[in-house]
Amino acid sequence: MDRLLTAAPITLKDPLELQIEAQSAVPLMKPDGVSNLSRRAFLGFGASALVLGALLPSMPVRAATASAAAVKPGSRIPAFLVIGKDNAVTLLSPFVEGGQGINTGMAQIVGEELDVNPSRFTVECAPPGPDYAVINGLRMTGGSFSTRSSYPLMRRLGATARDMMIRAAATKLKVKPESLKTEDGFVIHAASGQRLVYGELAPVALALPPRDDVALRDPASFRYIRQPVARLDVRAKSTGKAVYAIDQKLEGMLYAAVQHAPNQGTTVQSVANEAAVSAMPGVHSVHKLPGAVAVAADSWWRARKAVETLSVSWSAPAASGLDSVAADFASDGMLAALKSSSAAGLPAESDGDAAAAFANAAKVIEAEYDAPYLVHGQLEPPSAMARFNADGTLELWAPNQMPELFQSVAAQTAGLAPDKVILHSPMLGGFFGRHFLYGSANPFLQAIQLAKATGRPVKVLWSREEEFRMDAVRPLSFTRFRAAIGKDGRPTAIQARTVGEGPLGRWFGAVFKDPVDSSAVEGVTEKPYAIPNRRMEYVKFPHPVTIAFWRSVGHSMNDFFYEGFLDEIADAGGQDPFALRMDLLKDKPRHRKLLETVAAMSGGWKRGPYQVDGTRRARGVSMASPFGSETATIAEVSVQGGETQVHNVWVAFDPGSIVNPAIVKSQVESAVALGLSATLFEELVYKDGVRQSHNFDDYPILSRRSMPAVHVEIVESGAPMGGVGEPGLPGVPPAVVNAVAALTGQRVRSLPLAKSKIGV
Amino acid sequence: MTTLHVNGRTYQVAVEDDTPLLWVLRDTLGLTGTKYGCGIAQCGACTVMIDGTATRSCQVPVDSVGSADIRTIDAIEEDPVGRKVVEAWVAAQVPQCGYCQSGQVMAATALLKQTPHPTDGDIADAMTNLCRCGTYNRIAAAVRQAAG
Repeated sequence: MDRLLTAAPITLKDPLELQIEAQSAVPLMKPDGVSNLSRRAFLGFGASALVLGALLPSMPVRAATASAAAVKPGSRIPAFLVIGKDNAVTLLSPFVEGGQGINTGMAQIVGEELDVNPSRFTVECAPPGPDYAVINGLRMTGGSFSTRSSYPLMRRLGATARDMMIRAAATKLKVKPESLKTEDGFVIHAASGQRLVYGELAPVALALPPRDDVALRDPASFRYIRQPVARLDVRAKSTGKAVYAIDQKLEGMLYAAVQHAPNQGTTVQSVANEAAVSAMPGVHSVHKLPGAVAVAADSWWRARKAVETLSVSWSAPAASGLDSVAADFASDGMLAALKSSSAAGLPAESDGDAAAAFANAAKVIEAEYDAPYLVHGQLEPPSAMARFNADGTLELWAPNQMPELFQSVAAQTAGLAPDKVILHSPMLGGFFGRHFLYGSANPFLQAIQLAKATGRPVKVLWSREEEFRMDAVRPLSFTRFRAAIGKDGRPTAIQARTVGEGPLGRWFGAVFKDPVDSSAVEGVTEKPYAIPNRRMEYVKFPHPVTIAFWRSVGHSMNDFFYEGFLDEIADAGGQDPFALRMDLLKDKPRHRKLLETVAAMSGGWKRGPYQVDGTRRARGVSMASPFGSETATIAEVSVQGGETQVHNVWVAFDPGSIVNPAIVKSQVESAVALGLSATLFEELVYKDGVRQSHNFDDYPILSRRSMPAVHVEIVESGAPMGGVGEPGLPGVPPAVVNAVAALTGQRVRSLPLAKSKIGV
Repeated sequence: MTTLHVNGRTYQVAVEDDTPLLWVLRDTLGLTGTKYGCGIAQCGACTVMIDGTATRSCQVPVDSVGSADIRTIDAIEEDPVGRKVVEAWVAAQVPQCGYCQSGQVMAATALLKQTPHPTDGDIADAMTNLCRCGTYNRIAAAVRQAAG
């Protein structure tokens, strides 16, 4: 056995640098601007879409290959559909399934137009390729974009394929296409009673030139879209048969476990007991990697025991400062730095004359809000598997939300052309934003390095503790508010100063050049309320830690900040918070309808406190406008022994229009649970340069005991389709905190609630 | 060599005595339906039944199992109670990402084997596995449905 192998001298670039290069090099965007989604439609998605839309004009035109340039995403039917002789349909989807139900939704949309029952679909995440760049030339699974961005295109794809089946059948039967109809996977010639199965027609049909003018089905005749079609994956997921990245195995594979530097950014200096560890059972080799040591062995448990036995000396972090994670770095120090920043703010949103309104105010209130760093806590620990094949290709199995970007970075890491990297994108055991490209927070780079060093296929799996050490985090955030209140008790002006950094600027800054990072301010800006004078400003203040997209991104804290402060405005003006919101939304029928709906769902608005079963309870209300959708949320709480218990959460949810009401409701329930988890419990604390949480014992997440009843009502306003996976979250923290204030008079401005002593 | 009885079959495995049962199931026997989530018996993703009792296999050294009867999610449909639980899980459309659901189904099956008609309190006491997708309410509904 070739022990004591050390990875080749590290000439790797910084992962962030690699990413930026990759953004300029990969077909993240289509160079020719051809798209089935008009830019106007794209802009219609709202603020988040604007952000992505902003990527388009600034993308460097890449020297595309002729074939790539010629591909119009979504147009080549055989890239998406495989129909077997048994009439089973396999859809190669641009998106990755991670619990949000996108595979089922895609089967419904394509199946509706193709005329195949979605229950007969198998949906897989497609390999990298220009065909799948369906979000206006971009491919990713995130931003609650999948369905709303691809809905028209995937319908057209299904309809076009159905037309090809009909034309192939017409040729075969020597009849006119108009004399044919389809029925759930068959082409039928009614006059002769002949039925041709799609699976028999497919080889000829899918080779036909597609028409680009096929009529779509009349929505009034939909059988699958807008129906609560059962998810395709529930049985496999209820019987242990669903296969995740962590479950995959290759012939001759080594298992690798890793120990990362305790201080992010430090490096291995020496290993004291390499020989002893190399002699441990099953150990193949010991490796030094950038910021980590690794052991490859014949089982993961042996690899883990060995790597945790290694006695490693790490380089020292900087003593102080915020340019890196220094030896004295701490969450409370970071928050203090955000608070004390005196840098001039950039206008993120402004209207009217705020200064004049403050000068004439009957009352002025101020408050500071903050929210902590959070980990994703997806239950599947990250892993990746790499194999260098005899034909010179690198095959990679890696959880990811952007296949082409991962392929490109993998290629640079391995020193190969991108088309020599075969990337598989497995089903995700939860993601919530975890599997974007975050430099050293992704294990696939280590898998490539170890496969190269050992000459064997390698699967790297991070223990939960290593994941707690390395996960990219939701940024700690801070906003200071001021409001002017008139004699009538209504707000006349609002000011906000948000200091911090968002993941969009961090990870897509090379192409997203707007100095106001929307992912840092969304939810403080673009609120629907008619407060005439507004000045919201943003100060970029970079975090030394690796920051991430986290379910609902900036909205996850900013709507808490704003909607909490709005209740303070109501209190200061002697207004009921629900009535004030209705008043400020006089000209916004879509929002008023949601408020009315959520009030009716909860039996009529009542703030409380009131008695239920011998406990005092109260309610809080909030609104949010995330990812092109609108929500109104009411939470009902009680407090016992200083601990907040949430009994009910009602959400009225308007995503414009929907594909699967059952999945939409599940997603809102799930978003409520994660939002509540963050409200009540979650906080990743840095102290002395290291993270203070190591596993779920010292980073509690929502358990069954704290799960409220969740009531969801979908309102389809007919507005442009919005997102579904994330929007249920942002309303939860403010609704709960506003309810706690109604119950106790205690206004919580810093999450989570667990760190405040709440008393009635 | 350690002898294990898993899903009605007998296996001989050559691993260190302190190897957690979870990793023997997953890496040695290739039974990957049982999941690794935290490794410290906090999340329950690794729940199996040992002599009918729901047990978090990440904290069970393989040499402590002896001749006990180990049942994993991979054979859940061979068990009549397990089949009922799976059908209830499908009917209630419980899973989202699905990663915790192997353990949830095993915990529910063990509960219903011991307490065929559990109260809400019994369900709360037995169903303590974590779910990051927050499917807790559907889990409880499915357990009630499986209990009939």
